Amino acid sequence: MSLQRLRALIHKEFLQILRDPSAIAIAFLMPMFLLFLFGYGVSLDARHVPVAVVVDHPTPQTSAFVGGLQESPYFRPQRYDSIQRAQHALLDRQVSAILWLRGDFSRQVLQGNTASIGVLVNGVDANDARIVEGYLQGVWQNWLQQTAADAGKPLLVPVRVESRIWFNPALRSRDYLVPGLIAVIMTLTGALLTALVVAREWERGSMEALMASPVTMAEILLGKLIPYFLLGMGGMLLSVALAVWLFAVPLVGSFWVLLLCSSLFLLAALGMGLLISSVARNQFVAGQIAIIVTFLPAFILSGFIFDIQSMPAPIQFITHIVAARYFVSILQTIFLAGDVWPIVLWNSLALLLMAMFFLGITLLRSRKRLD
Amino acid sequence: MAAADTPLLFRAVSKSFARGSQRVQALDQIDLGLVPGTITALVGPDGAGKTTLLRLAAGLLRPDGGVVTVLGADLGSQGHSLQQEIGYMPQRFGLYEDLTVQENLDLYANLQEIRPEDASTRQQDLLKLTALGPFRTRRAGALSGGMKQKLGLACALLRAPRLLLLDEPTVGVDPIARRELWQIVQGLRDKGVTIFLSTAYFDEAERCDEIILLHQGKLLKKDTPKALSAPLQGRCYLVTDEFRSKRQLREALQARPEVQDARILAEGVRVLCRSGAAAAAEGERWQAVEPAFADAFVDLLSDPQENEAYHAEPPNQTPADGRPASRAETPETVVDVHDLGKFFGSFAAVKGTSFQVQKGQIFGLLGANGAGKTTTFRMLCGLLPASSGSLRVAGVDMRRASSQARARIGYVSQKFSLYGNLSCAQNLAFFSAAYGLRSSRRRQRIDWAQQEFQLHDYANVNVDELPLGIKQRLALACALLHSPPILFLDEPTSGVDPLARREFWQRITGLAEAGVTVLITTHFMEEAEYCDRLILMSLGEVLAQGSPEEIRSQARDAEHPSPSMEDAFIRLIEAHESQIRRAS
Repeated sequence: MSLQRLRALIHKEFLQILRDPSAIAIAFLMPMFLLFLFGYGVSLDARHVPVAVVVDHPTPQTSAFVGGLQESPYFRPQRYDSIQRAQHALLDRQVSAILWLRGDFSRQVLQGNTASIGVLVNGVDANDARIVEGYLQGVWQNWLQQTAADAGKPLLVPVRVESRIWFNPALRSRDYLVPGLIAVIMTLTGALLTALVVAREWERGSMEALMASPVTMAEILLGKLIPYFLLGMGGMLLSVALAVWLFAVPLVGSFWVLLLCSSLFLLAALGMGLLISSVARNQFVAGQIAIIVTFLPAFILSGFIFDIQSMPAPIQFITHIVAARYFVSILQTIFLAGDVWPIVLWNSLALLLMAMFFLGITLLRSRKRLD
Repeated sequence: MAAADTPLLFRAVSKSFARGSQRVQALDQIDLGLVPGTITALVGPDGAGKTTLLRLAAGLLRPDGGVVTVLGADLGSQGHSLQQEIGYMPQRFGLYEDLTVQENLDLYANLQEIRPEDASTRQQDLLKLTALGPFRTRRAGALSGGMKQKLGLACALLRAPRLLLLDEPTVGVDPIARRELWQIVQGLRDKGVTIFLSTAYFDEAERCDEIILLHQGKLLKKDTPKALSAPLQGRCYLVTDEFRSKRQLREALQARPEVQDARILAEGVRVLCRSGAAAAAEGERWQAVEPAFADAFVDLLSDPQENEAYHAEPPNQTPADGRPASRAETPETVVDVHDLGKFFGSFAAVKGTSFQVQKGQIFGLLGANGAGKTTTFRMLCGLLPASSGSLRVAGVDMRRASSQARARIGYVSQKFSLYGNLSCAQNLAFFSAAYGLRSSRRRQRIDWAQQEFQLHDYANVNVDELPLGIKQRLALACALLHSPPILFLDEPTSGVDPLARREFWQRITGLAEAGVTVLITTHFMEEAEYCDRLILMSLGEVLAQGSPEEIRSQARDAEHPSPSMEDAFIRLIEAHESQIRRAS
């Protein structure tokens, strides 16, 4: 190992990063773009959902019910004269659901009978539909309590749910999406960018010239590992800063623990990137492989958006070989719950093993030869 | 000679590669040794194994069998330390295009662990040697082909290697840069460096101390250029004829059974006979000449059977004598270019180019890489809009209605644009459909193409697996499927070996005789002799135009009574540059 050679390789890599707009784009612009998209654009909460309200015979009872709907932050009720018109609006996707108070609603309520409410939800988007359905039930519950209180009668419900939400009391989806996103962003620089730049050296023939010089394979690998490690950590710090200061995501746990776990994950991602580049020697193939085996799993199978527990068993099993899965779990824990050691330690151990595995195989596979 | 003195020694070296399910034998039982302080050329057709051999010598590949010894040490066990003694320049120079000239030199100096204080004096020397001093802060990607090549060489020379390996160092480089490179290489030899280079140029091979001829992974010959051509003494002639054009004369000569090869030179047609002299026909003047390495190459490599097959076929639709009357009497202008210009941003790729091409002519655009040939071509084919000037192709204004003209032109691009994972027959079927040929006409044209270009044997072979020469034939066949009256060929001979190149020119001249107008770009100066008219381009400008004779005569003076096209090119560029300097 020669320090002079290694320094020269690292210097060269930084010059290339600075001068190549595509590297800057992947390392800094893509993370910003993803953060803004998920921070501002994507929300898994239902808010201001347009709901068609059809009241066959307006009475004080019905207006009290609809009033409750109007006060709710989740709905934007719109009046329709008839159920037919409301159905049209639902088909045109102008509203997501219909609340139908039939003609006999008030009569049934006043008589103390069971009054029925018609709820029609557009089930095309299953996730949204479920949320809307749940929220509508909430409105109905509130209304029941209100009516009972007004009448001075206790509400007779055998079981009462007293729910308390831990770690993310406001239930803001941004607070758990943004930390998880850091795993996706670091996969981009760690695996995709690294695989691409090594493949570029093969494509342009500079790798051949490198190999004809007395440089060792370990030096070539370290010459890639160190610059992109620093770049990846830079992307991670940028993401954390934006998360905390721009999106006001709480960072409950320790920053240093976060930094340490991130570097473990980045090593694993770099290992995957270098391993891919030892297989694929052109940029197109390297990019495709990196996206399919690192980026997409980090997106879909890491628990960043989709809950791993609710996946079918075989898919759950597969998530265990996705490094991002362990990191997402660490990130969400450190950001929202704090340094919960059992989670942090076990997941870090998994990351460490994966980093050693990928880097080890890369070193074993890399021969200073062209065949 | 003791093994320790030999800079490079191969003993029974073999190397094979996996290609799909097959194994391809790239090199087979190669034995060779280089003499210290000499230049050795590695010559052979495409796919002969030249690059594999050089990579084995550089320690980039490990042989399947046999031993490679460099400077007396086994490359297998001591490769790492030996790589300090070897300078290696790969085919694409191995430069970092985002880095400046100086940064590239610094990088390789550090990789070679040269102490910084030594590195700067060595770099000064090399910058002086390569005349790259003024461009130290320019990025390698922005250098011309010739300058890149010199920078690549400088990087390989930083540690003053004892063995220098160069893989096709002069491909696509203009004649001036080629001449400069040779001066550098010869200077290195005089200092005792052993140089081993592969080349596609016969004149370069001839300048070397020894030539190694490689064919299908086997070493055919290893000798001095003189010794290689000596057996051909008495079989080489220069033939001239007052009444026939050189092209017609060449075809007539090639058709004779006793003639093995005939090629067009500036002075006449050079003939290699199968044995002794052939009988001269009336009007011909036969003059015995010294055999050259090019003759030996043809003699050693041409497959006798293939040659027979070629002769058995009559040259296509050539009139027995004289040119078709219609052509001589009513010259019809097919391509008319006036004051054509193309800007990419502020960079002028083509400046004020004007020329005309008559029906049935072969019109050449000559120049180094980056001279503006391809850009001009793309404008002519309607693939790029022109920035200024006018251009008419087949009577159609290309700036207004390029799609009308496109049905009347065939275009073969630099990289051939064939589908690599389709077979030969599938490519033909696809292109015939793309050109809108239907049913019987389509079948008829595909049959014609397979017959004319001898593609039957390759019908079911995927294009990726074909040698470059066959790919070139197929690309030409595809471009001719819709029988276009105008054919555009962009660098069709680049990287193709000399034999395939010659065969290609035979086809092109045949097409021209049949009335097809051919526009062709090339950076091989000797190919200019096949053209009726040509323009010489440099940095987007036309330096000269006319017939090959006219252009050569521009460079004629007392010192150079019979300049070659290459001499003419060099002198015209030098004159042009001094003119620019005087103007500024």
